[in-house]
Amino acid sequence: MTTLFQQLINGLSLGSIYALLALGYTMVYGIIKLINFAHGDIYMLGAFWGYYTINYWHFNFIFALLSAMVVCAASGVIIEYFAYRPLRHAPRITALITAIGVSYFLENGMSYLYGADTRDFPQVIKQVNYNLWGVRVSNIQILILVTACLLMILLQLIIKKTKMGRAMRAVSVDPDAAELVGININQTISFTFALGSSMAGAAGVLIGLYYNSIDPLMGMTPGIKAFVAAVVGGIGSVPGASLGGFLIGLLETAVQSIGLSAYKDAAVYLVLIIILLVLPSGIFGKNVKEKV
Amino acid sequence: MAMLEVKDLAVNYGVINAVKGVSFHINEGEIVSLIGANGAGKTTILKTISGLLKPVSGTITYEDNPIQKYKAPKIVAAGISQVPEGRHIFAGMSVRENLQMGAFLQNNRAEITNSFETVYARFPVLKERINQDAATLSGGEQQMLAMGRALMSKPKLLLLDEPSMGLAPIFINEIFEIVKAIKEQDTTVLLIEQNAKKALSIADRGYVLASGKVKMTGTGQELLANQDVQKAYLGG
Ligand SMILES: Nc1ncnc2c1ncn2[C@@H]1O[C@H](COP(=O)(O)OP(=O)(O)OP(=O)(O)O)[C@@H](O)[C@H]1O
Ligand SMILES: [Mg+2]
Repeated sequence: MTTLFQQLINGLSLGSIYALLALGYTMVYGIIKLINFAHGDIYMLGAFWGYYTINYWHFNFIFALLSAMVVCAASGVIIEYFAYRPLRHAPRITALITAIGVSYFLENGMSYLYGADTRDFPQVIKQVNYNLWGVRVSNIQILILVTACLLMILLQLIIKKTKMGRAMRAVSVDPDAAELVGININQTISFTFALGSSMAGAAGVLIGLYYNSIDPLMGMTPGIKAFVAAVVGGIGSVPGASLGGFLIGLLETAVQSIGLSAYKDAAVYLVLIIILLVLPSGIFGKNVKEKV
Repeated sequence: MAMLEVKDLAVNYGVINAVKGVSFHINEGEIVSLIGANGAGKTTILKTISGLLKPVSGTITYEDNPIQKYKAPKIVAAGISQVPEGRHIFAGMSVRENLQMGAFLQNNRAEITNSFETVYARFPVLKERINQDAATLSGGEQQMLAMGRALMSKPKLLLLDEPSMGLAPIFINEIFEIVKAIKEQDTTVLLIEQNAKKALSIADRGYVLASGKVKMTGTGQELLANQDVQKAYLGG
């Protein structure tokens, strides 16, 4: 029983980071139907930003987190502007390959500039472990969960309640109709990249705190897992991405806890395959057809 | 001076010339109808006026300004609103949210409230279904929603692309009554229709299009009485 709760806590902490990342995949896919393979690298940029600002500018956690979100939002907007916008009307595969190119560019660019070695993420918050009825919970885990949940609620409010959020949804459903009511498509897409990338930036700082180590290739595997999370939740669905992230996190810790650490990644892909067979459009995937 | 003057308009899709030098005008307060067979270029003309497509040549002058280079949002802001062919309502959003999207460029809350009231008065069915997902409305209700959404921006010129498409006769009559009523309330209307008989009977003037060109023009009554028009578009 205690092990179960222990794994639940571990799984939720990890899952909340996947969830933050998955949101970016799902929002960008929703609006321009692009799987942004460079998204995991934005998360890496966030982690590096946190590393530098905490070490050299002595930022506290909140400042590091917020500034990483801003910097990553800007990076996302710049990437979209230079790499994806010129291909807006090109075949989808062209943009997809470009996204892979951007990903390599960021990974290798960072390796070139800062070296490919792994670094210790500064312990900006001292880890304290609490023992609750035999379950070990650290303050970092609580911080990760709370921060991630707050950000997801904030995102949901932006999407549901603000004008830009409505514009995002309108452009995802029907770009032509959105233009006809006066929505600026380019601005809306930039805004979507900014939002999604800021979530990735936050995830990067949080993972740094959690695992204590970062490197230029750290975005690859979590990026793919978060993408799987988005597909499992139903790509294009925001609540789906959050749920998918938590599920993947829980699954991974569960597999690890029964001693199959080596197979935890395989388990994630197995779930992907099963979900796609049973529910091709994911848990919250929609199959709404407009009446004609 | 006409409210909207389209001159020598040509529009291509890649190498396909869809519209080949079309000229027509709309005076303030009129209903003008463009009729023509499938593929004549009607939708293409409408999309070009509303800024979704760019012409290769020709001019579109609206209230004395050349607007053919404007992007769609700027054209909406200028007072031209389009109801697209096939409705294009926002699926997954409620009826109220769809209407709200129609007032996207309006920031004054009082104006938006006023637009809501006008639209609900014009389309009482929509008011009964404000919280329903727009995708679950019937075809006729979706058409009304699309028209209501376009009216939310308080347009001076309303562009309607086949509002009667796919509707039962009783709904078709209702839609045409509504178009007339919209005109009575000082909104100028450009009406595209396959249902040429109905369209011409409520239009002040009409233009007959065929393969990207204007073939004929006249008042609604003149065109209805014309032998060629009867043969080609009114089923003898
Ligand atoms: N996206 C497109 N790409 C290529 N050709 C197109 C495209 N859209 C329309 N066309 C072509 O342009 C011509 C005019 O089409 P348009 O849709 O304007 O006709 P329409 O008069 O509205 O017809 P309908 O009554 O069937 O709606 C047609 O020959 C059509 O095949
Ligand atoms: Mg058409």
